[in-house]
Amino acid sequence: MIWRALLGRLGISVATLFVVSVLIFIGTNLLPGDVAQILLGQMATPESLAALQAKLGMDEPGHVRYFMWLRDVATGDMGFSKAGLGAGNATPIVQILEPRIFNTLQLTSMVAVIAIPIALFLGLLAAMHPGTRLDRTVTFSTLSLISVPDFFVATFLVLIFAVYLGWLPSIAYLRGDETGWGLIRALAMPALTLIIIVSAQIIRMTRATVLNVMSSPYIEMAILKGVPRRRIILRHALLNAIGPIVNVIALNLAWLVGGVVIVEQIFAYPGLAKLMIDAVLVRDLPLVQACAMIFCASYVVLIFIADMASILSNPRLRHPK
Amino acid sequence: MSETQQSMNPSRHFDELPDAPPKRKIRLSWAGKLGIAVLVFWAIIVVIGPSISPYHEAEFLEESLFIVPGSDEKYPDTDFQPPSRIVLLGSDYMGRDTLSRILFGARTTIGISFIATILAYLIGVTLGIAAAVGYRFQYRGFTIIELDTVLSRLNDALLSIPSIMLGLVMIAALGSTIPLLIVLTGIIYAASVFRIARSLGQEVMVSDFVEAARVRGEGLWWIITREILPNVAMPLATDFGLRFVWVILFISALSFLGLGVQPPMSDWGSMVKENLPGLIYGSVAPLVPSLAIATLTISVNMIVDDISAQTGGKLAKRMIS
Repeated sequence: MIWRALLGRLGISVATLFVVSVLIFIGTNLLPGDVAQILLGQMATPESLAALQAKLGMDEPGHVRYFMWLRDVATGDMGFSKAGLGAGNATPIVQILEPRIFNTLQLTSMVAVIAIPIALFLGLLAAMHPGTRLDRTVTFSTLSLISVPDFFVATFLVLIFAVYLGWLPSIAYLRGDETGWGLIRALAMPALTLIIIVSAQIIRMTRATVLNVMSSPYIEMAILKGVPRRRIILRHALLNAIGPIVNVIALNLAWLVGGVVIVEQIFAYPGLAKLMIDAVLVRDLPLVQACAMIFCASYVVLIFIADMASILSNPRLRHPK
Repeated sequence: MSETQQSMNPSRHFDELPDAPPKRKIRLSWAGKLGIAVLVFWAIIVVIGPSISPYHEAEFLEESLFIVPGSDEKYPDTDFQPPSRIVLLGSDYMGRDTLSRILFGARTTIGISFIATILAYLIGVTLGIAAAVGYRFQYRGFTIIELDTVLSRLNDALLSIPSIMLGLVMIAALGSTIPLLIVLTGIIYAASVFRIARSLGQEVMVSDFVEAARVRGEGLWWIITREILPNVAMPLATDFGLRFVWVILFISALSFLGLGVQPPMSDWGSMVKENLPGLIYGSVAPLVPSLAIATLTISVNMIVDDISAQTGGKLAKRMIS
């Protein structure tokens, strides 16, 4: 039974990825600019252009080109970027992506490791004492934080830590040879911004879900049995709230991979999102496609994992009727 | 007298039909009331803002305004001036009045976001309800494909692309104009509206009273307008608030990246971006528009929070995930 549920979810994920790839292909082909033209640059004569277009398969109809592209992506060949073409040698996209992916993972994991435990703790704490001053403080501050734009949080932190206190650098440019303390210092500002934004979301979700479970009959039963409140929350309520909480964590992690454009832009952090923005601005089609595929794939994979977690944690989903 | 009035007023008559959902009175807490007050304030500014503003949004202030009496400085700086009697909220990086730009920008930012949200709702709710009632494409009596399956896959794909990236690519391809910005935002956010409308609609579709209506022989249109829409209206109205906030944040983020509203029109997001360099000089120019966005979004969220706290936690849960 459980395998059927898992396979069903897997099928949906694969289908989604397929639709995504079609959308990305269509979307990026709307961007003006022709790869062969770009590759040849100033040496383009109509003949050489036609020859290269034929070699790249660009004279094929759209759907054929789509499957050629899909085959290349599936085998890890992302094609060539427009960058460095002026010098005559095109850079393989994989080479450009590698350091960026590393940077993004570095920041994402740092944020996740700090934000998730803190957020879960605060969310549970607020849910354990609903209506108290602590709860109201947490609720109001997280509500405010999820309402304000990212750049508001970021500029505020820059104002405090970089301008007034002068403790941290206001941009997070990586040379690539930082280790230990230097690395932490460089990452501190963007990480802090993201930790604040991400925690606010997870705290609200944790609190809402746990409180929601708390209103169910079996919790009432536990209360009537005289089980202490802490035990009710940790043993009875939390286990049933895992599904939605894992889901919101997954959504936030996916956002950390691709949605953090603003934060990367403000702090000039060389991550994937900034790479994609720059690629869009210079119409670097293959690079845009590659980045978009990475973002969507990470979203689909993370949501799949979250769905698995909620199926496994819930006996009713584990054994569907 | 009252009888004739009742019979002349058909809407009054409808309320008393057995299938009308019970009216629930919502009493707002102080936070909700404060939220409404702020919202009303901004609504008034949207209407009268440009006519009460001291200068025009694109007007460069005269240097003579800033000459301190008694000093021989004939040509003082007009940019990043601190708040004073002449410029109540200071001046921006080009020496324009921040207050005037906020007053003009309210119309741009709030107007665009509001229209885009309404568009998202028109698309999302129509398709969501159509999917929920199980509309099928049929050919000679055979079901070819279910609308629900098609839309859900397309929707998953749309949701898996970070919305800011999607906006970025489309704007890079098609150029940035206000109508395009509205349509684009409407489509992007229609995806999440679709998800909610569909799940709310499905919930109502399986209820006993819809079953009863079907057995009675009511048509699909009757069921949609008399059973489904009244039952999903309240949750959707609350969700509208949340979605509106996200659209404001999205539009502001695009403007912040320089892809949204184009100068010299003022818009809160681009005002933050333009004046960011002033942060190091301690100028309030980047903070004022951030605060304007924050007051608006926080107040909408406070109202939504207040309402959903009274209509049960289930709603809040569905809206976050």
